[in-house]
Amino acid sequence: MNHPATVDLHAILRDANVQEVLDQLDRELIGLAPVKRRIREIAALLVVSRARKQMGLESVTPTLHMSFTGNPGTGKTTVALRMAEILHRLGYVRKGHLVAVTRDDLVGQYIGHTAPKTRDVLKRAMGGVLFIDEAYYLYRPENERDYGQEAIEILLQVMENQRDDLVVILAGYKDRMDTFFASNPGFKSRIAHHVDFPDYTGDELLQIAQKMIGEMNYEFDSAALTAVREYIDLRIRQPHFANARSIRNGLDRARMRQANRLFDTALNHNTQVTSQALTTITEADIRASRVFQGGEDPPVADDKRQT
Amino acid sequence: MRITQGTFSFLPDFSDDEIRAQIEYALGKGWACSVEFTDDPHPRNVYWNMWELPMFGLKDAAGVMMEVAACRKAHPNEYIKLNAFDSTRGVESMCMSFMINRPKEEPGFGLVRQECSGRVIRYTTHSYAPDRAPGKRY
Repeated sequence: MNHPATVDLHAILRDANVQEVLDQLDRELIGLAPVKRRIREIAALLVVSRARKQMGLESVTPTLHMSFTGNPGTGKTTVALRMAEILHRLGYVRKGHLVAVTRDDLVGQYIGHTAPKTRDVLKRAMGGVLFIDEAYYLYRPENERDYGQEAIEILLQVMENQRDDLVVILAGYKDRMDTFFASNPGFKSRIAHHVDFPDYTGDELLQIAQKMIGEMNYEFDSAALTAVREYIDLRIRQPHFANARSIRNGLDRARMRQANRLFDTALNHNTQVTSQALTTITEADIRASRVFQGGEDPPVADDKRQT
Repeated sequence: MRITQGTFSFLPDFSDDEIRAQIEYALGKGWACSVEFTDDPHPRNVYWNMWELPMFGLKDAAGVMMEVAACRKAHPNEYIKLNAFDSTRGVESMCMSFMINRPKEEPGFGLVRQECSGRVIRYTTHSYAPDRAPGKRY
């Protein structure tokens, strides 16, 4: 055995460019402090583990399967994407792509349909990260002939035997994931990292709204900003609140109202529109929302969890 | 007689790492890999049995190697080949196809002469293996 006496941790960090991804995570995601801290810890563990491997102190690949728990719209998928990149840069997955699936993609509709379907998804995810959203739907104890169990068994087998090829991230609501793990001890024992995503505060959601609207080349005028703040405070207390996703949908509707307003102005033969007018969302665009009348904003097709 | 056909037919049999490297190349080109097996390796037999479905949308060779291993386990003593299919519109054809498994003993082929009218003789190659019943050939 020929192992170096010292390992340059900094070199590992630099070569892998992990810091860059972590900084990007800090920059692009607002709030989520505990999640960022957890991801940093996991990254540190992986860097040290790689150094230990170079020293010959560690031979087996550490278990990397994770569970992301949190309410809808708290950034689980986004963080999973970053996680895939971190794992790729550190050489724990070969390709670093993310395959996001739900129960429908894994479980078949008749006997003999599930295994090929699950295997197909697993094969596509190999070399990267498999992100199973709302993983607890795989397990339906009320129906003992449910095909979900078959998918679970195949998943567990691959998670155990092909740890070098694939990292699985299970995601979903905290309480339901806990029940899922309690009834599937096989999953619990194969998952090394549990990351809990907290809900955003009103201030964080406001920052998120500004960032989102800025990315689409819009801006709020000062009165609109106050209105957005009030909108968020009202929306948080409503049912089916999906954090950042609800905000995005609210903004999409505000954009539509702004477009309508400009369209109406154009119909009144005022055809000259400044770029200022095209980019500004005004207070009226926000205040027209049904949320202010005590109603709910209508669900949008994209709101997959608003059922 | 060692039967050769397809891509790399003049090379010795590939090791698993070499097969993996070829799969990586195919996936890099955006081709879909599939595994096929047969116990009737006559060169005119183009209809081999499919092992599972062709694998579209894969990023890494590990997924294909999983099926290769599964097919080898089920048919250890038969011919297995790996195909790579280019689905680009206008191309839509196999771009690579090579053998990855062969039986321990290969009886090979014989030459059959058929006497025809006049003093015409027709020749054909005859594979010994399919003389036996399916399942007992190798």
